[in-house]
Amino acid sequence: MIDRLFQQRLSSLLAHPFLATLLLAFPMLAINPDAQAQAAAASSRASEFTLSNGMQVVVIPDHRSPVVTHMVWYKIGAADEQRGVSGIAHFLEHLMFKSTDKIAVGEFSKIVGRLGGQDNAFTGHDATSYFQRTAKDRLPTMMEMEADRMVNLRLDEKEVLTERDVILEERRSRIDNNPSSLFDEQMNAALYLNHPYGVPVIGWYHEMAKLSRADAMDFYKRAYAPNNAILVVSGDVTNDEVKALAEATYGKIPSNPKVNSKRVRPTDPPQIVARHIDYKDPRAGNSSFHRYYVAPSYVTAKPGEAEALDLLMKIAGAGSTSRIYKKLVVQDKIASQTSGDYAGYGLDGGTISLYATAADGVSLPKVEAAIDDVLADLVANGVTAGELERAKSSFLADYIFESDNQATLARRYGWGLTVGRTVAQIEAWPEAISKVTADDIKKVAALYLDLRHSVSGYLEPDKSVAAQRGAPDVVAPAANSVLR
Amino acid sequence: MTFTRLPSRVAHAAPRLQIALSLAVLAALFTLTITPPAQAMNIQTIKSPGGIEAWLVEEHSVPLMAMRFAFAGGNSQDAIGKEGTANFITAMMDEGAGDLDSAHFQERMEEIAMRMSFDDSKDTLYGSLETLTVNRPKAVELLKLAIAKPRFDPDAVDRIRQQLLANLIFSEKDPEKVAAKEWFATAFEGHAYGRPANGTAASVGKISHDDLANFHKRLFARNTLKVVAVGDIDAEAFGKLLDDVFGGLPAMAEMTEVGQTKPVNVGRQQIIEMNVPQSVAVFGLGAMARKDPDFMAAFVINHILGGGGFSAKLMEEVREKRGLAYSVYSYIQPYKHASILSGSVATKNESMAESLDIIRAELKKMADNGPTAEDLDAAKKYLTGSYALRFDTNSKIATQLLGLMEEGFGTGYVDTRNKLVDAITMEDVKRVARRLLATDGLNVTIVGKPVNMKASVAAPTRG
Repeated sequence: MIDRLFQQRLSSLLAHPFLATLLLAFPMLAINPDAQAQAAAASSRASEFTLSNGMQVVVIPDHRSPVVTHMVWYKIGAADEQRGVSGIAHFLEHLMFKSTDKIAVGEFSKIVGRLGGQDNAFTGHDATSYFQRTAKDRLPTMMEMEADRMVNLRLDEKEVLTERDVILEERRSRIDNNPSSLFDEQMNAALYLNHPYGVPVIGWYHEMAKLSRADAMDFYKRAYAPNNAILVVSGDVTNDEVKALAEATYGKIPSNPKVNSKRVRPTDPPQIVARHIDYKDPRAGNSSFHRYYVAPSYVTAKPGEAEALDLLMKIAGAGSTSRIYKKLVVQDKIASQTSGDYAGYGLDGGTISLYATAADGVSLPKVEAAIDDVLADLVANGVTAGELERAKSSFLADYIFESDNQATLARRYGWGLTVGRTVAQIEAWPEAISKVTADDIKKVAALYLDLRHSVSGYLEPDKSVAAQRGAPDVVAPAANSVLR
Repeated sequence: MTFTRLPSRVAHAAPRLQIALSLAVLAALFTLTITPPAQAMNIQTIKSPGGIEAWLVEEHSVPLMAMRFAFAGGNSQDAIGKEGTANFITAMMDEGAGDLDSAHFQERMEEIAMRMSFDDSKDTLYGSLETLTVNRPKAVELLKLAIAKPRFDPDAVDRIRQQLLANLIFSEKDPEKVAAKEWFATAFEGHAYGRPANGTAASVGKISHDDLANFHKRLFARNTLKVVAVGDIDAEAFGKLLDDVFGGLPAMAEMTEVGQTKPVNVGRQQIIEMNVPQSVAVFGLGAMARKDPDFMAAFVINHILGGGGFSAKLMEEVREKRGLAYSVYSYIQPYKHASILSGSVATKNESMAESLDIIRAELKKMADNGPTAEDLDAAKKYLTGSYALRFDTNSKIATQLLGLMEEGFGTGYVDTRNKLVDAITMEDVKRVARRLLATDGLNVTIVGKPVNMKASVAAPTRG
């Protein structure tokens, strides 16, 4: 579980980014999901507009506390990299903290800090995002600084090489020191036959080690422009305030016709063969079973399918009330921990994932067979009305809980818009969830729990003497995003 | 359960601090880094009809309530040979109570979308409840059952035991977790703080239903209880809630005496060999207690040294200038019975010696010269200017206030805290840096295969 938690933490910023927000002034919260969803859909939380240079802007007011979250999202990520320069999107994100004509080397974060603010950035396969959290009155300065580095980045060869060492250390920390992360990387590589989602966001070590200043500047020039970016401001602000500030800062940057937000990427052929991989590592904990399926995402699915997949996987695999946990952990006692999830936030597709740690002395084929039994039952018989009701209530409540946090809201809207969703779609999510029927869930289970679209994996401790002697000769996200 | 988090930039600013530390540590730190404007938040001190005192911040614009509470005596109350009991309890709290077995209890929680969790630190058992207003009565009923009548059914105990044992096996192979555990084992040898917080395979294997029930009975008591609620609830309803949930607990906890201490084996460097491409080092030394008049100055010094994110000295020297590490940080943690300044660095095996040399040099430089005027000014501006960021959600406010309560501060602390930071002078930090940063007292634990490094003593063999 620790390792799973670790992985979840890495991707936590991006988990369920589309999930719509419910209103702060929520009229009445019935337990009845329909009523909850109607209340949520009844009015809009965020406002949006576009600057004359093409930059989209979303404003999410929350006046409870005099602070703001300021984010800029670029419609580019690791899956937009050319072959051979894996990791360049994330590397550039690090280098964005170096210097401009106005900001001296390494000063960006120091200035934010002296203003009482906090800043960071993260990179995913589909998006790159920079953010600051500050007192409200510091917002103009944050916008000025962020607008400045959108087009005025300066990179010195030596700084680039030093920072490259930093990302290699980051890779060692996140991936190479951790057999679960290494294995996850191999699972993804096996899952995608041609699509760049199979390449880790942080990059493959051997390619990261060769990334250059020129690679970074090429990527920067290709993608960083107002017409390829989205500004999200949440917190103690109004639409009009943000509009005036945005026009005075980002609005001064001309649209760049060379930057094209159309994203053309290699695609997968139809997947026709179930894959299986094994990995033994002396550093692995108890044996574990892993499986990923490719599935559609909220962007690529037919209407209602992604919502049904969210509910299906909650019922199948999330937490101790799930089918898989009850069967494998409680009833059969063949696993000590399990999980299941649907990640529907990708631009080009989503994934279904399953995981179980085997109980002592239980073989992984036995664990796998038990999970397949649970899934087969879901495909054949669907979910119960009670399960569906609980799962809906739980999802809808989560969104109300999340409305407590302006930073979470900013991420949700930012991510959604970056992959092409609209504010209206994002805010209609509770309603869409409430409409899903047991029949819808049965249909998506049959369609997408298809082994031909999947990779199954066994991660086991290697107890051989040779293994104990030599370190595994590996140098490589599991995570959907990598922070600065 | 307490999970040590990855010290990396996975969170918002000040990421090393936030990620590396547990809830307990965070609660304490946040009390130091926040001070909302008084007018923005009205903290009420209330007393329930049954006599339970608590703090309340009403915030009715969101139909949610966040409650945080704490009982004194965390995993340092684990019996010898039964290490991991407190952690075990925290994992058992939703595994059945009253007439509800595990499955029924968890289904009820899900039906009403109730969020309940428990966590243990060295000194404290923490609890958290978050609920929608509409479901509050049912959530309160379940929380009351969990706290007053946990069942510890044999099948649930065995199930959780298997999970805890699996976690221990993962942890034993994780260099960060091993380094932290062994650092404490060395620095607090012979004291409760030196024992493994999550236990060992042997101790967790032995913890019985009776051990759990007994631990629960000893520590879930009213005299050490601290409670804060923030959100959509008024004083009268909160008073009733307090009596409902906690009123039936024993009046007095039965605590095992834990003595005041400070790090021992000072100056020791040990290496625990593990076959990993990147070594992890944990370093640390004793620091000022929370109520020491020099504590705030020490806190500011740590911020400049290793706590201040991208602008900290360790970050600048180890990462920004030399590219030796992704993550390097320090923090100051005033536990109840000892205070420490500790930190960590992760770097490829070839660079560990150099990285530690740089860290030692930075500590020494700070001890000898103090910070520059610019550094001190920047630190004070950050620490005072960022206060409000800790107060922008119900959950965060509740966590901060609970930390203050635990440390024995009054509600007024939030208004005076920035003045305390502002009042710190260069003279203060120079004096306190000399007192704090005796680098010959640095205790270092390295896990990995560091190149060209020697231990000052052989690595211990522990079960």
